[in-house]
Amino acid sequence: MIHVHHRADDSSPLTAHLDDESDTASAGAALAAALRVGLVIYLRGDLGAGKTTLVRGVLRALGHDGKVKSPTYTLIEPYLVSRLHLYHFDFYRFAVPEEYLEAGLDEYFDGNGVCLVEWPDKAAPYIAAPDLEIRLTVSGPGRRLEALALTEAGQTCIRKLDSELSRNPT
Amino acid sequence: MRVLGIESSCDETGVAVFDVEAGLLGHCVHSQIDLHATYGGVVPELASRDHIRRLPALVRQVLAESGCSLAQIDAIAYTAGPGLAGALLVGASYAEALGMSLGVPVLPVHHLEGHLLSPLLSADPPEFPFVALLVSGGHTQLMQVTGVGEYVLLGESLDDAAGEAFDKTAKLIGLGYPGGPQLARLAERGHPGRFRLPRPMLKSGDLDFSFSGLKTAVLNVVSGPEWKPEDAADLAADFQDAAVDVLCAKALKALELTGLSRLVVAGGVGANRQLRQRLDVATRRKGWRVYYPEPELCTDNGAMIAFAGARRLAAGEVPGMACAVKVHPRWPLAALRAPGAA
Repeated sequence: MIHVHHRADDSSPLTAHLDDESDTASAGAALAAALRVGLVIYLRGDLGAGKTTLVRGVLRALGHDGKVKSPTYTLIEPYLVSRLHLYHFDFYRFAVPEEYLEAGLDEYFDGNGVCLVEWPDKAAPYIAAPDLEIRLTVSGPGRRLEALALTEAGQTCIRKLDSELSRNPT
Repeated sequence: MRVLGIESSCDETGVAVFDVEAGLLGHCVHSQIDLHATYGGVVPELASRDHIRRLPALVRQVLAESGCSLAQIDAIAYTAGPGLAGALLVGASYAEALGMSLGVPVLPVHHLEGHLLSPLLSADPPEFPFVALLVSGGHTQLMQVTGVGEYVLLGESLDDAAGEAFDKTAKLIGLGYPGGPQLARLAERGHPGRFRLPRPMLKSGDLDFSFSGLKTAVLNVVSGPEWKPEDAADLAADFQDAAVDVLCAKALKALELTGLSRLVVAGGVGANRQLRQRLDVATRRKGWRVYYPEPELCTDNGAMIAFAGARRLAAGEVPGMACAVKVHPRWPLAALRAPGAA
């Protein structure tokens, strides 16, 4: 059961409590409905917080029925679903942020797809600024989800995400 | 025929010379683990720079060990994927250029084919057909192997690879990099059973794996109110127990479903002692057998690449265009064909 907390206004972060892993996937499905081409979304949270599970929820809702593997080893897992390019990054293994440039990964941030980025700080300051940040933190046996918009496109996304999450409190 | 093998798909730079009649003449791995330990993780581009620096010296060293000169090399095999693009390109460019200058055929080899054929290099090699369990930091797969290049994917991890789960769990427990082997050592001092970790997909009915939920269960334990760092050994033991339970159960099920009686275990996690003990006992009970590569050939190395290349060339595979440097960072093993097949 996803519990969405009421937002005071558009500029305050969206917060919700997720009871379990299936809630994290449902939150991903809600996010899928709020995606627009060109969005850059940072996913924050410790190892095991559910970042990849959230992305799996996004991809399932978009109609991807293949595997959604952790990109920790490959750095990037690209998807093409419903004519949408979705790039799932994981920079956990970067030791120095220059590797982001040397690996040519900046080429994916050209505005023609959606970029979901785990461990973005490991590629700072080179990586593109996000439209929104989603943070997952351990909260008892569940997770706390916090989404903060940093651009107008991000705000539009979060408004839609808010209404999707509130509409489907599964 | 003598084949020079070059491996550079991730951390390790590996070089070897394999002779079809005389066997493995020499091999050497320059592990980059020390470099990575100072940073706390695998470093893709640093790794590729390191491959460049180390390859020429390693080739010289292995040739000297093997007692042969470059002029006595009949073919070159290199890892063309899957792996990190930058690292793969170093090995590919080096191999293709060297092959061109020597005027010998150059063969791109699939990294996982190298791993799953590596037990054939041991003193007591398995015969085809067999089931292969590939378990490493980047891969967890069960394959049905009927011959060189004849691979059917039976199941694989839907999220984290087993080795990745070992490494990430080690990090959660507070161990250094690479944490997997350390976690296994810590587990030997612990007593499993306290933390009731899940066995993901144990009863899924198929041969797929999932290790992400297990990692999450460990996170929930270490971020819970009752967690004490002195319980780390018990938690490590519980984690290893859970991971090994699933790996064993699925490997045995694969043998059952395929009707085969030989299991090959390859990849870094294949060196895990508990996994080996459990598989040995379980297969013996059924009259089946498990084969492992020599311990030094469990992790990435050039010998397995030289060997896979030699087997393919001996079976009549014709290398493609000269000096075509093409790597495949993502490359499904089941996409390979047997040598000579259309």
